[in-house]
Amino acid sequence: MTAPLVVFFVLAALAVIGAISLILQKHPIHSALSLIVVMVALAGLYLLMGAEFVAAVQIIVYGGAIMVLFVFVIMLLNAGVEEHTSLSKLAGPPGLLLVVALTAFVAATIAKSGASVQTAAQTGALSSTKGISEMVFKDFVYPFELTSFLILVAILGAVVLAQREKS
Amino acid sequence: MVPTNYYVILSAILFGLGVFAFIFKRNVITIFMSIELMLNAVNLAFVAFSQALGKLDGQVFVLFVIVVAAAEAAVGLGVIILIARNRQTLNVERVDLLKL
Repeated sequence: MTAPLVVFFVLAALAVIGAISLILQKHPIHSALSLIVVMVALAGLYLLMGAEFVAAVQIIVYGGAIMVLFVFVIMLLNAGVEEHTSLSKLAGPPGLLLVVALTAFVAATIAKSGASVQTAAQTGALSSTKGISEMVFKDFVYPFELTSFLILVAILGAVVLAQREKS
Repeated sequence: MVPTNYYVILSAILFGLGVFAFIFKRNVITIFMSIELMLNAVNLAFVAFSQALGKLDGQVFVLFVIVVAAAEAAVGLGVIILIARNRQTLNVERVDLLKL
């Protein structure tokens, strides 16, 4: 086994364990911390693939900003341990079966398309950040500007939703 | 080099765990976190294929996905605060106004 493969399996195990922990934890703050483990492991995988810019953005935006937002809301609402109400009929064993079937189907389908991709040249080192900046500001400049508009609308929406109505 | 298939299968497993959490969890905040988990799984597939094809389009799309996820988190958590304020619960089973 080569070194990248070992690193991959360690990080993949970390990500899967974090995701399982997210499901098993009863308290939302523990779930949030598990999700941070998943995100950091994924950032490590991006680094392993040579996508260093995406890895940095993953840590800063996902692991930092979004998860801080989650933790804030959990503490703001004083969310306690999840109470157990009756599951709907579909969410019992049939739901589990459907989830496993979905995972197998997705994995089989994209792994099959991945096999044809494999033959394409696997160039190792791309100058990732420079190339991304060129693509974002040349080929994808209109979508990029649209995302700033999207963020603006999201800020307005969050403010309107969360403000207290005046009595 | 790690084969692309490994990344893609890991991405599918993470997506499946996200769907599982989405179905089985009761707390609306945890359900929201499972959506983020699914988005992360898709991002992993994007980067893996971008790397396999030697093109950067996939990584640019990951940036857009992250931007949309941030916007979605802001609005979604606003909605959650509204639910908690109006119904005094975070359990999705108790938010059933539209249920017959």
